Amino acid sequence: MVVFEPKIVMFCCNWCSYAGADLAGVGRLQYPTNTRVIRVMCSSRIQPTFILQALKDGADGVLVTGCHIGDCHYIDGNVYTEERMGNVVDAMKLLGLEGRVHLEWVSASEGPKFKETVTEFVEQIRALGPSPLRAE
Amino acid sequence: MVCDCGINIASVVDVPAVVEYVNTLPHVVHAYEQTYACSTDSLDNIKDVIKEHNLNRVVVASCTPRTHEPLFQDTCRDAGLNPYLFELANIREHCSWVHQQEPELATEKAKDIVRMSVARVALLDPLYTQKLDFNHGGVVIGGGVAGMTAALDIAEKGFTTYLIEREPELGGLLRTFTRLQDGRTTSEILDPMIAAVNSNPNLTVYTGTTLDEVEGAMGRFKGKLSNGEEIEFGSAIIATGANEFEPEGYFGYGSDNVITQSALEVKLDEGTVDAANVVMIQCAGGRNDEMPYCSRVCCTTAMKNAIRLKEEDPERNIYVLYRDIRTYGVWEELYTRARELGVLFMRYTEDDEPVVADGTVTITDKLLNDTKFEIATDIVVLSAPLVAPEGAEDTAMLFKVPVDSNKFFLEAHIKLRPVDFATDGVFLAGSAQAPKLVDESISQASAAASRACSILAKEQLETSGVISVVDEDVCIGCGRCVEVYPYGAPELKEVEIVTEEITYMTRKSEIDPAICKGCGSCAAECPTSAITSRHFTTKQISAVIDAFAFTDGSIEEVA
Repeated sequence: MVVFEPKIVMFCCNWCSYAGADLAGVGRLQYPTNTRVIRVMCSSRIQPTFILQALKDGADGVLVTGCHIGDCHYIDGNVYTEERMGNVVDAMKLLGLEGRVHLEWVSASEGPKFKETVTEFVEQIRALGPSPLRAE
Repeated sequence: MVCDCGINIASVVDVPAVVEYVNTLPHVVHAYEQTYACSTDSLDNIKDVIKEHNLNRVVVASCTPRTHEPLFQDTCRDAGLNPYLFELANIREHCSWVHQQEPELATEKAKDIVRMSVARVALLDPLYTQKLDFNHGGVVIGGGVAGMTAALDIAEKGFTTYLIEREPELGGLLRTFTRLQDGRTTSEILDPMIAAVNSNPNLTVYTGTTLDEVEGAMGRFKGKLSNGEEIEFGSAIIATGANEFEPEGYFGYGSDNVITQSALEVKLDEGTVDAANVVMIQCAGGRNDEMPYCSRVCCTTAMKNAIRLKEEDPERNIYVLYRDIRTYGVWEELYTRARELGVLFMRYTEDDEPVVADGTVTITDKLLNDTKFEIATDIVVLSAPLVAPEGAEDTAMLFKVPVDSNKFFLEAHIKLRPVDFATDGVFLAGSAQAPKLVDESISQASAAASRACSILAKEQLETSGVISVVDEDVCIGCGRCVEVYPYGAPELKEVEIVTEEITYMTRKSEIDPAICKGCGSCAAECPTSAITSRHFTTKQISAVIDAFAFTDGSIEEVA
């Protein structure tokens, strides 16, 4: 039996979640290999079209991460991320792609949370199966 | 170049296989393996390879850009390549270290990571920094010990300095107390400091004045004072201090002979403490749901005054009712001294507080098996916490810096940047951050002044290459970028458009390169894609997403 291995695009902000990922590495915290990280300076750089493009390109899920509210390196950039991603998550429901886009805050000191976030999202997508947008 | 990082990468990822794979990717003319990419030999080698193959883009697959990107960027610069044409592919922290049990999948992931980086680097643009002239003056808000120290430090280094105090007199919180914990009078500190401030030729003091408006950014601030004067400065220090809380509603405060520590100090100085029995109550109004923080300085203050009371009259009975004693640092000595002098300490808890009524204090002592005591007293002295002054939030708004839930100013990083704000060029000192003793305020003020001078002493300011720019032809002047931008870099400007047919006025967004920090929020918000977030352009990020899926964007090619 072939096990379905989800392909997941992950967006990390330079200051918190990317550093959280680095910390997970330094701590040798093991997590599934399914994610591919794209670094941006702030999660607020992530425009909804990037999510759509990743899904259209065949990603089974998109995980957006940033600093906790109040911790943003750019003061309140993540407030706009929350607003935009909230809209994207809602739109996913309408498009039959519910559960494939997720927003999570991971600070630079939260290596374990980074690991958990990735592990849980991979399992969530594994349960959902391949994206209907994926060409077979 | 793909790095082994000794065994850190190579023990998990099949590095030769990655190199072989990378050689097949478009744009790649040369790929090779290195044991340690960051060694001096290796860096020299990178320079040689750039020259030998006449490379115009470089990718190093090794560790995190958060630590090593500047090193490799400098290497590229040394080889004559614009440093922004470099990309680091993180196959250590994000791959080999976190997939140690899955070498095959980790190798595939490493290939993907490098492929995505190659796609990105191919589209990177050379970026240039700009050098700008700026104003070398400093402004300090708050004329207490911290503010005066910071202002003097800056002025003594030769920079024009403005010190703004809203009260009619300098001195701040310390003016309400009379002695320091080391026994000196507060005027021994304040008088020479105020004299120095008033006589420094580089220092202009504004008392009874507030700073009402601020615009601009590091190096080019413009401020308007309440007296109508306008000042220009390059860096600012916020030292707005703290006030002693008026413990209304706590332990009978307001009735006769229930006073605060500062009021007690005044009486001690006047010699008018006519009391054989004194009860002090710690945490009066503090460490509860409304003010959850420990005010840090009140225990030391209570020790100082208990000792003074005892020294004035050794026959006096002094009771200190406390929840926890925190006379941290060397002031633990005062706690010991107070006990030696016979000051009695009794412990209460938040849910079983002492009750003050008619000259009697009733306490259930937690250290003596909940024994109830009734203490007849002449004075009750409340150790009230320090609180952020009125208007702290207004100052925070002026400089777009954060305050915490207790309205104390919040530094950029508690350990790494303790006197900085996230906003460049703005620094923090004294009790504006959290309650502090005089010595702590002074050392922090000198630190903040030194940080400010590290900017003011530059000849010119260098802007970052990673900033956002507006294409005026595409901008429709909707103002969304101005709304989302935290530092006020984009501004709508009135522009005159001249065409062959007509001339008209419209609004266009303009981003100040000195303020922009390159977060890219405005680019994500712009409905017409008029804003380019340099180094993280839509085209560059799209290319990475496409490379993730082995596609040029068309669904047919998805593997």
